[in-house]
Amino acid sequence: MTPLIVLEAKACPLPLDNVDTDQLIPARFMKRPRSDGYGQFLLHDLRQDAANPASLLDDDRFIGCEILIAGRNFGCGSSREAAVYALADFGFRCVIASGFGDIFASNAVKNGVLPALVSAEQAEALLADDSIRQGAPIRIDLPGQHIRIGNHSIDFAIDPVWKTQLLNGWDDIDMTVSYAGAIARFNQSDALARPWAQPHRSPAQ
Amino acid sequence: MTERAGSLSSRPKTLIDKIWDAHVIVDREDGQSLLWVDRHLLHEGSFHAFDQLAKRQARLHRPDLTFGIADHYVPTRNRNALAPEIKRMVDQLTDNCARHDVTLFGLDDPRQGIVHVTIPAQGLTLPGNIMVCGDSHTSTHGAFGAYAFGIGASEVAHVMMTQTIWQKRPKAMRVTVEGALPEGTGAKDIALHLIASIGADGAQGHAIEYAGSTIRALSMEGRLTLCNLSIEAGARLGLIAPDDTTFAFLLGKPFAPKGDAFEAAVQAWRSLRSDPHAVFDREITIDTSALAPTLTWGTTPEQALPISASTPDPATIQDASRARMISDALDYMGLKPNQRLDSIAIDRVFIGSCTNSRIEDLRSAAAVLEGKRATVPGLVSPGSTSVKQQAEAEGLDRIFTAAGLEWVEAGCSMCVGMNGDLVPAGERCASTTNRNFKGRQGPGSRTHLMSPAMVAAAALTGHLTDVRTLAKGSHR
Repeated sequence: MTPLIVLEAKACPLPLDNVDTDQLIPARFMKRPRSDGYGQFLLHDLRQDAANPASLLDDDRFIGCEILIAGRNFGCGSSREAAVYALADFGFRCVIASGFGDIFASNAVKNGVLPALVSAEQAEALLADDSIRQGAPIRIDLPGQHIRIGNHSIDFAIDPVWKTQLLNGWDDIDMTVSYAGAIARFNQSDALARPWAQPHRSPAQ
Repeated sequence: MTERAGSLSSRPKTLIDKIWDAHVIVDREDGQSLLWVDRHLLHEGSFHAFDQLAKRQARLHRPDLTFGIADHYVPTRNRNALAPEIKRMVDQLTDNCARHDVTLFGLDDPRQGIVHVTIPAQGLTLPGNIMVCGDSHTSTHGAFGAYAFGIGASEVAHVMMTQTIWQKRPKAMRVTVEGALPEGTGAKDIALHLIASIGADGAQGHAIEYAGSTIRALSMEGRLTLCNLSIEAGARLGLIAPDDTTFAFLLGKPFAPKGDAFEAAVQAWRSLRSDPHAVFDREITIDTSALAPTLTWGTTPEQALPISASTPDPATIQDASRARMISDALDYMGLKPNQRLDSIAIDRVFIGSCTNSRIEDLRSAAAVLEGKRATVPGLVSPGSTSVKQQAEAEGLDRIFTAAGLEWVEAGCSMCVGMNGDLVPAGERCASTTNRNFKGRQGPGSRTHLMSPAMVAAAALTGHLTDVRTLAKGSHR
């Protein structure tokens, strides 16, 4: 995956709490292969309603935006990685929010999307910021964990492991394969410690 | 980095710690641990991960610990004539499982059903196991004292290739529930009450252990419902220490240990409990004496209230963003502030899903419906083909159909609508499911979550109803 170090881009405000993964991508669109692209399905149903803040995604001011700003508990709900595919395929590389669903945040990092955690007050302030609402770019500095908006800057939190992965564009599988010996030794001792842990199989099964 | 060595620490451990420690292969200095995975469950949605495997030309590492189940997209009617796009989803799973030698509970297998219903019933969910599945309701399996959690497609691919997963040790939360369950309440009411109390993100970053006399008295079905809904409180997983109820359930199940091996396993499983002085990062206590049948009125599971309550009034809420959220939810749900919940008319009911489609759930709904007619249409989808057979042997299907509800095949069905079982736009559904998100049961659908008995009560009267008033015979 592509490393993420510094990102300077427009940030689209989405002043909503509990944006669940069913909103991020309704289930009916998930039959398609990833190669078809999932960006058009991002927040599909909310975007249909001109009164919903999600319709800002289609506003000229935010064309080319790569940062999304939301409230608490963003990405709660199902484990569907398609929610992150929709964000990534739309062009988002970072979501700033005052809370994330655990599975969503993990999925985001695996696809090179930064879940930047700020306080509820900071999220409110960003969502209300005039320059952001006019489409002025903001700057995300991952090594320093700062968000720069005009002349001031705020800090964000990110799990250190996720930070390293995003900075390097690392893939877990390559790292795990380097532990093949440890895994094999674990298997040997575990088979003795927990013989019951295997599924029982009769010949018919 | 340290490889796993026998821990000599005498610090009292939680159940969560004990299972974690038994699965650590490598502890990295940055706090991540590589954990062994005992069971990996796949469904039609796992195609993204199989595609990643194909891209790397990799093999699935441990097919003996991997099980495939067709549930999310399967039709609940006319299984002989699948729509082309559904057939493609089911065939894709069948082909991928065959290619990688994975045991599949496919469409024509009597073990077919919702993954979180059929896998425990097969004895594949064991105390002390670490289990993962590309589905957030994998927390369900915690009912057996398994450490079970949902993962995304990239992690599914990782487990396929290595049978391991990188995790950071979660914080531990204990939810202690004490007291007898009042009439008309059960595990669903405990869960909705908890989520309403702590919020849909109240347990974020935590694993929950449920404890206390109420939990010990719950059947396995009730425990499965409670652990299932842990994710709706933001927890990655919820679990319950195994006990005689657990062991009695597992005895004789097809994939559970047999004979002496079972006895030896039970001996090992008895140590799977939190030590007396184990410290939790957060403790919550629920006294059941004031618990009433509870249901959701809004668009997140935290928007839940007892049936005797009325919808909230955003005008009385100080916090502007909360007031905005409440008014948005009322608007979507087509409700007014201060509206009595038991006055809200419904259009249909759904009984099913990994939350509430087990035999006990069907019995509880049937007990309310027996000999009566529903005033709205509805769908009853048992959690697995074998639950369906058992219900039919008990005559429950005839109670549902005599009441005017449709009795169909097993699958995720109208909980998530992927198979085409949808609540039409603008319609209101009383549902035994787990998510009342906007559009979850179909674009524009309005969902109220509640227990099977409460759904049955609503089916009879055509509005949200306190099942306790029906039990006293006052209905109609």
